Amino acid sequence: MPVLLEVSLKSAALLFVLLTGFAYLSLLERKFIARLQARIGPNRAGPFGLLQPAADGLKLIFKESVTPKGVDKPIYFLAPALVAVPALMLFAVIPIGKGETFQLASRLNVGALYVVGMMSLAVYGVALAGWASNNKYAVLGGLRAAAQMIAYELGMGLSVAAVVLMASSASLADIVAAQYPEQYGGILGWFLFRQPVAAAIFVVAAFAEVARAPFDLVEAEQELTAGFMTEYGGMKFALFFMGEYVKMIAVSALFTTFFLGGWSGPFVNELPILSVVYFTAKVVVCLLAFIWVRATLPRVRYDRLMDMGWKVLFPVALANVLVTAVLVAMGVPGYRL
Amino acid sequence: MTDWIVLGLLGALSVASALGLLLSRNAIYAALFLVLNFVVGAVIYIVLNAPFLAVVQISVYAGAIMVLFIFVIMLLGAERLTPAENPPGLSYQRPLAIALGVLALSVAAYVLLARGGEAAATQAVDASPTAIGVQLFRNYVFPFEVVALLLLAAMVGAVVLTRRTE
Repeated sequence: MPVLLEVSLKSAALLFVLLTGFAYLSLLERKFIARLQARIGPNRAGPFGLLQPAADGLKLIFKESVTPKGVDKPIYFLAPALVAVPALMLFAVIPIGKGETFQLASRLNVGALYVVGMMSLAVYGVALAGWASNNKYAVLGGLRAAAQMIAYELGMGLSVAAVVLMASSASLADIVAAQYPEQYGGILGWFLFRQPVAAAIFVVAAFAEVARAPFDLVEAEQELTAGFMTEYGGMKFALFFMGEYVKMIAVSALFTTFFLGGWSGPFVNELPILSVVYFTAKVVVCLLAFIWVRATLPRVRYDRLMDMGWKVLFPVALANVLVTAVLVAMGVPGYRL
Repeated sequence: MTDWIVLGLLGALSVASALGLLLSRNAIYAALFLVLNFVVGAVIYIVLNAPFLAVVQISVYAGAIMVLFIFVIMLLGAERLTPAENPPGLSYQRPLAIALGVLALSVAAYVLLARGGEAAATQAVDASPTAIGVQLFRNYVFPFEVVALLLLAAMVGAVVLTRRTE
């Protein structure tokens, strides 16, 4: 029973951190994008606009809850939860810091596969929201989302496979440990440097999985009003919004774990709490990169997006797995622990 | 004891979702019940100490195959189609399904009774990815490679069938 209690408490703490983190991520995004566009951004609610997320939340709660005619009610109400839940479940296997205190199930010996599975479940919410809304724009958005996520999941799964080969373990705790072998000093052991192709594929696929600019075809305003979210308002919309941001945090945390050495950094042995600080700092850097890209790149065309997924990303990822497997089997230095 | 309660609940849920799949009139609901059935199956694998099988079940069946099913149903609007009550040429299917179902159930019951009521091997079996990989590539190489070839043939066939003639 104490195990159950411990796990429940950890999960509750993690959920609390993620849900407040999501709220402040939305503020960070608005502030940062405003700066990139030479504006000031939200600064009215509280000092430096720090109460803006609370104001947004209150506003969304007090919105009238509209259910359009002809929607398929059970699925219409289920879909927002189906977007948010798989994104939250990803965090079960991500080691947030050094030691058991900051880890839930990161020793799971199929952790990397679990990550890929949860990523693929995230498609359901978006596709079903589009279908249940009884709206043509929503259906088109849902179909686009399903096609796009299926195409880019493969690339992402194969880039994770290359990392698993390098670490010769699918547990995320081992993958973090494998990035610090004896012969490398410090950050040169990161898979970002030893598996650059996989890292690049993961980044591109991550943008497509989260469906953010430049791959936000799913909700392209000029063509589809808001895609699968068109018929959702108030707190139902807020859940979709939350799902998107939690997914963004999740893929940033995964990139940190797979390629940026996870929680590791100097002096973590003396002061384990530092590992959480390093992990958070790395994740925030990834998130800022996400926002920066959104403010920089225009949306790509849909056929080009699919072409890139199937004809470029997938073959390159396959070739990368093949080359990595051969190098690991040959025991080439740098590929063998 | 707790194992029995958990497995009993999961079994009931699995049967209920299978019934939901059979009895839903709407194709999307049927597909979603099938997804639920796969997820329950995955949880049963976890309870039986086989997380690898569980995760593969989720990512292959629930995450890939069923997403494609739902994609196609949405694309064709097939959920609105109402089939004829007794489609011609398929009238033998219902009795056949019942007969096969009874056969499968009796085989399961026979195995259960032959083992003296012991439902599944809950004792420690090494189901780690390494152990499964060793099994596949050492004891079952030939069937494994045959399956790979079959899948490749199916893939080539799909590409040929969908290619535009220019």
